[in-house]
Amino acid sequence: MNGVHDLGGMHGMGPINPEPQEPMFHEAWERTVFGLFMTTFAGGHFNVDEFRHAIERMDPAHYLQSPYYAHWLHAMESLLVERSALTRQEIDGRMAQLAEAA
Amino acid sequence: MPDTHEDDIALRVRAIESLLIEKGLVQPAALAAIVETYETKIGPHNGAQVVARAWTDPAFKARLLSDATAAIAEMGFSGVQGEDMVVVENTPAVHNMVVCTLCSCYPWPTLGLPPNWYKSAPYRARAVIDPRGVLNEFGVDLPPDKEVRVWDSNAELRYLVLPERPPGTEGMDAAALAALVTRDAMIGTGTVAAGQGAAQ
Repeated sequence: MNGVHDLGGMHGMGPINPEPQEPMFHEAWERTVFGLFMTTFAGGHFNVDEFRHAIERMDPAHYLQSPYYAHWLHAMESLLVERSALTRQEIDGRMAQLAEAA
Repeated sequence: MPDTHEDDIALRVRAIESLLIEKGLVQPAALAAIVETYETKIGPHNGAQVVARAWTDPAFKARLLSDATAAIAEMGFSGVQGEDMVVVENTPAVHNMVVCTLCSCYPWPTLGLPPNWYKSAPYRARAVIDPRGVLNEFGVDLPPDKEVRVWDSNAELRYLVLPERPPGTEGMDAAALAALVTRDAMIGTGTVAAGQGAAQ
């Protein structure tokens, strides 16, 4: 797929800015997403190629603007919904519930 | 979606996590154990041991360069995202550097999870079109006559750079050498110096 993820050779992306002493996860949610990916992947809900393709299906502007583990979240959520493990209604409902409780 | 605010993302993650646990699709204990393994056991200290052994054991080095997957498995560093490994050797004439232009492919069993810059648009875009410029940003200044080879990883194949053993380390054993080997030297965005270290 020839999409925005195919970044090799593109100009204008700016400096790399490696972060010294970088933590493995920058936010608690990133740690959770990694764990959820590993367990749902091990559970056979999708394979690596399907997962990467689901990242490549992201809206290009969202892809470039979102943090790395948001790509994982997007791909995992898309695949779990497409395979009927979860529904959009369930996710939206639970988000509203959690926001209310906060 | 798309959520761009971190709080919204965190809320979505909590919602999905709680639903998956409720439905029995994710076991919290298994999730915690997997994450902890990556936080404590799997990381560049594994790759550093492979490099140090290659520097001190010529027969191992020959096996590593001809069938890296099998040679690395001898040391017990196999598994997800390391199923098919290739080791590329730096020499006085050649410097190797690894990227994944399409995403974030990286040899997890030997290096752990990749740093953010490796997965970022600037590194992925520029590593293949301006590798010397990228290396300068990492403080690596190669002589102009040294060839630079850039290897683009993919979902099936992962690369590990075997850095040059620094001068002044002739008397050191594998354990002492491993302490000098940095993560970036095994990606190829760094080199190993006698006084430096170490892979976390």
